[in-house]
Amino acid sequence: MRALWKQFRKDHAALAGLVVIIVAVTAAAAAPWLAPFDPNQQFFDGLTIEGSPLAPSARFWFGTDTLGRDQFSRVIHGAGTSLLIGILANGAAVMIGTLLGVTAGYVKGVVGAAIMRFTDLMMAFPALLLGIALASLLKPSLFIVALVIALVNWVQIARVIYAQTLALSEREFIEAARALGAGPWRVLLHHLVPHLVPTVLVYGTLGIATTVLYEATLSFLGVGVQPPTPSWGKMIFESQSYYLTAPWLVFIPGAAILIVALAFNLVGDGLRDALDPTQRGRR
Amino acid sequence: MLGYLARRIAAAAFILVGVTVITFSLSYLMPADPVAMIAGRNSTAETRQLIRQQLGLDRPLVIQYTSYVARLAQGDFGRSYARKTDVGDLIWSRLPATLLLMLGAIVAELLIGIPAGIYAATRRGKKADKAVMTLSFVGVSAPQFVVGLSLLYVFAYMLGWLPLGGYGTFAHLVLPALTLGIAGGGWYSRMMRSSMVDVLRQDYVRTARAKGVPEWRVVLKHALRNAILPIVAMIGLDVGIFMSGTVVVESVFGWPGIGQLMWQAIQGIDIPIIMGVTTVAAAFIIVGNLLADLVAPLVDPRIRLR
Amino acid sequence: MNKPIMAAAAALALLAACPALADQPKQGGAAVVTFNNDLTTLDPQVGYDWQNWSVIKSIFDGLMDYKPGTTELEPDLAESYTVSEDGLTYTFKLRSGVKFHNGRTMTSADVKWSLEHAINPTTQSPGGGYLSAIAGYDDITGGKSTELSGVSTPDDATVVITLSRPDATFLHIMAINFAYVVPKEEVEKAGADWGKQPVGTGAFRFVEWVPGQRIVLERNKDYYKAGAPYLDKLTFEFGLDPTVAVLKLKNGEIDIVGDGIPPAQFTEAMADSANQDLIAKGDQLHTGYVTMNVNTPPLDNLKVRQAINMAINKDRIVKIINNRAVVAAQALPPAMPGYNPDNEGYPFDPEGAKKLLAEAGLGDGFTIELYAMNVDPNPRIAQAIQQDLAAIGIKIEIKSLNQAEVIAAGGSGKAPMIWSGGMAWIADFPDPNNFYYGILGCEGAVEGGWNWSKYCNQALDDRGHVADAMVKDDQQAERIELWKGIFDDVLKDAPWAPVFNEIRFTYHSARLGGDPVLYTDPIHIPVNYDYIFAKDAQ
Repeated sequence: MRALWKQFRKDHAALAGLVVIIVAVTAAAAAPWLAPFDPNQQFFDGLTIEGSPLAPSARFWFGTDTLGRDQFSRVIHGAGTSLLIGILANGAAVMIGTLLGVTAGYVKGVVGAAIMRFTDLMMAFPALLLGIALASLLKPSLFIVALVIALVNWVQIARVIYAQTLALSEREFIEAARALGAGPWRVLLHHLVPHLVPTVLVYGTLGIATTVLYEATLSFLGVGVQPPTPSWGKMIFESQSYYLTAPWLVFIPGAAILIVALAFNLVGDGLRDALDPTQRGRR
Repeated sequence: MLGYLARRIAAAAFILVGVTVITFSLSYLMPADPVAMIAGRNSTAETRQLIRQQLGLDRPLVIQYTSYVARLAQGDFGRSYARKTDVGDLIWSRLPATLLLMLGAIVAELLIGIPAGIYAATRRGKKADKAVMTLSFVGVSAPQFVVGLSLLYVFAYMLGWLPLGGYGTFAHLVLPALTLGIAGGGWYSRMMRSSMVDVLRQDYVRTARAKGVPEWRVVLKHALRNAILPIVAMIGLDVGIFMSGTVVVESVFGWPGIGQLMWQAIQGIDIPIIMGVTTVAAAFIIVGNLLADLVAPLVDPRIRLR
Repeated sequence: MNKPIMAAAAALALLAACPALADQPKQGGAAVVTFNNDLTTLDPQVGYDWQNWSVIKSIFDGLMDYKPGTTELEPDLAESYTVSEDGLTYTFKLRSGVKFHNGRTMTSADVKWSLEHAINPTTQSPGGGYLSAIAGYDDITGGKSTELSGVSTPDDATVVITLSRPDATFLHIMAINFAYVVPKEEVEKAGADWGKQPVGTGAFRFVEWVPGQRIVLERNKDYYKAGAPYLDKLTFEFGLDPTVAVLKLKNGEIDIVGDGIPPAQFTEAMADSANQDLIAKGDQLHTGYVTMNVNTPPLDNLKVRQAINMAINKDRIVKIINNRAVVAAQALPPAMPGYNPDNEGYPFDPEGAKKLLAEAGLGDGFTIELYAMNVDPNPRIAQAIQQDLAAIGIKIEIKSLNQAEVIAAGGSGKAPMIWSGGMAWIADFPDPNNFYYGILGCEGAVEGGWNWSKYCNQALDDRGHVADAMVKDDQQAERIELWKGIFDDVLKDAPWAPVFNEIRFTYHSARLGGDPVLYTDPIHIPVNYDYIFAKDAQ
């Protein structure tokens, strides 16, 4: 463990990423204390006389939105929702997809084919309809959003992992390992999985951004958080058309998503390098 | 090979049936009444009941489903509730535009993503690698509306080099394909880099280098061949995704594709269109993944079709 | 050199209600109008969106129409009409020589068939019910007959319509799209595709419709109104985001942004001095309101509804939508006859509202849902209302959903409060009764109806029917007074909280001319295509 940390520490980019993540999580958890204003407070003077949002200023550090609310407070309060969706929901989807993809590619046969046909079905599955139906039967909530995302996002990584597992499992070193008497589990964990980790990292980190934006679409259809609860994806979605006149409304939450996703990527890369025997001593 | 295809086609039939059943059931769980929408504001209860009967919406769900499938088998997708147009006409008339955009987007994302990914992999750990990685994240995180509008504003409105939205010529295709290509390119470049890095560490690569093979040959001839496999799987997935997932780009550029049709149908809970588009999209998803599976052994001969 | 004077005289004659034009209308040229969504249908008996309403008006005609840019009735396909003493018989003399776009001359038989077609249940017309006053209506809807006994055609140029009850709005009904005249042979030939291949008598004839892309119309050279239309070609383009449509307009590629200026670009567009003559501004027969379900506690308590009326800061809401509306204190818009300028409605008084709530025993407040359509600016308005009501202790849970879902929730009574924006009532014709029966009357309060507050006051309904039976010319002032009184009483019961009346802004290119009222026509919404012209026509 200590050796791991020592290796990790050498990667400055990864450290920076870790700091960003800690800041983001802190902001999410401590939002009520950190935000200067109530994120839902619509200020009468938060808009110009014609009703347009205000640019960043000394009073409103990130400017105001189209209802005259403080963007800075909303970004801080929105962190929780966005992190939950981007990391946990997407993470769960990635895990499910990886599991199914590896199983299908390693076991092959009828099981493998069945799993892959199941991915075809789930890709065609009308997820938005399911979300709307669930939201009307139950109460709209982040849970439903997370469910829909988990249902939908696992498919892509499953297909890619499947392809890679299929190819890897035919490789010579696998045959060699088997010939040496290694059991299927050991083959899987020791020889296959390390080659799949990069793919998991790609989908786990890039997926944060796409998932946060997808949550906005779901909320728009009434499935997730209802107004006025902020989330980064929703803040972007609602102000997209103001992009030419009030670009800060899009850029700031967009930058937040980008930075968090990048941070996870850097940390992930750093961890992977720290764990990888072939990388040690190569700095 | 034939046996494999036969099995896949049989499976496809099952999947399509499954998709129609699921979509049909979900549509009727929607908290909206298509009859009220059609009948309009001044309708009386009698009118609404009449419309319900005419549309066959008062029959049991199972009967409605079987009669829908029976007509579907003959190529009849039914008529849209809101527009009274034949759904098949709506879909087929927009399909060419969607396919064209799909092709353009895939070309764009490959042209952007693969060279970037290879470049980053060969400069691993250096500034160039980090720059490409950051750019990929920017490409993926940037909302499509913003990217599309920015490209349109600069290249069409300010510079006038390309048309300001619309459909018809190659020039019209450039910006929408580029918008999709930037996001897709981000994914492909990250995946390419990852895969390439993994392959470049293999023993046979070290052997090739030791044998004195020039680096560019090592990368482009030996390594790329093996690293491209996940990309092939992703392209197969994109065929399915670009079928109905391009509504924002279509809206910004005025591209008459199926994405907008589907989005409007979901907003208006226009069930015949939702059913039709979902079924057609499902067919494309199945085909896309099948193609990816057929191409895989060509890329990596050790893979066998099962 | 008399041509310009004659042209100006002709223009003045045609646009009698409008002030003299600075530019002379020229014959020729083309215009392009964009809409975000494809039109649903061009079938006059079926089309009921605000986008296709005016396009249909340009392809078809009815017995009556309105003077361009106004709410004043005038005969259209009818050259003249007489009304019997008891108001039950209308005799219309048709214009001679009116041709359908397929070349055939229109006769009285076509008028009769069109009305039967509208009432026939198989047509699924959303507005067939407007024709219910015609004798024989029930026989057709009941399936007993396909012929409308109340309409007779003594000769090719005369139509006699007998009503089963006097209806003061009958002439307005003859002017709405559902009563437009269609050629039977074309309707039957086209079958289910009639809405995609319209053939009418109107100023523009249909050329093509590429689904999802464009509709093209061209000038009807045989149009019976000399001089109109001015444009040779009219194209509607679809599928373009309004933000990009504005860019295209600035670039000179399109002429009118049909959906109106998007909120994001409104301030900028209005501030640009180059746009001064290009943005037409006009009132609409529209009110945006919050409905309150009078059957759902605690909204069943009048004091609570009144408190809500007093708690909403309407000025702030108007500011949020960039001043594109005026504050409303009553259900009817100012341009509607029956509007009461002396009735100030409920004042903005949060303290008074809190007192009322306390009197109702709800001093601690309560939680309730507010439904709204999810398209901007409606969720923002809902959030503004949410904040205002929070100030008096009412906690609002917003449900921002698709239009279809909100309408369903309203029709079923599931929604306790609905912000009507995006679905708000725009009058089908300029008479107060159009603002009553469907959305405030008992007949609209049924399951699936559009009276989302489920308000049913039979006494007011009865007064409405009495008013509508007053058909004589010298009774009209009294009739409007009656309606004014009905709406005053509605306001006292507060089933709604009226918020604002929208102002329409239409942004058009510099090459299009015509009186600004044509671009904000209250009947031919949004634009009266028949009378706009291209300044650069050759």
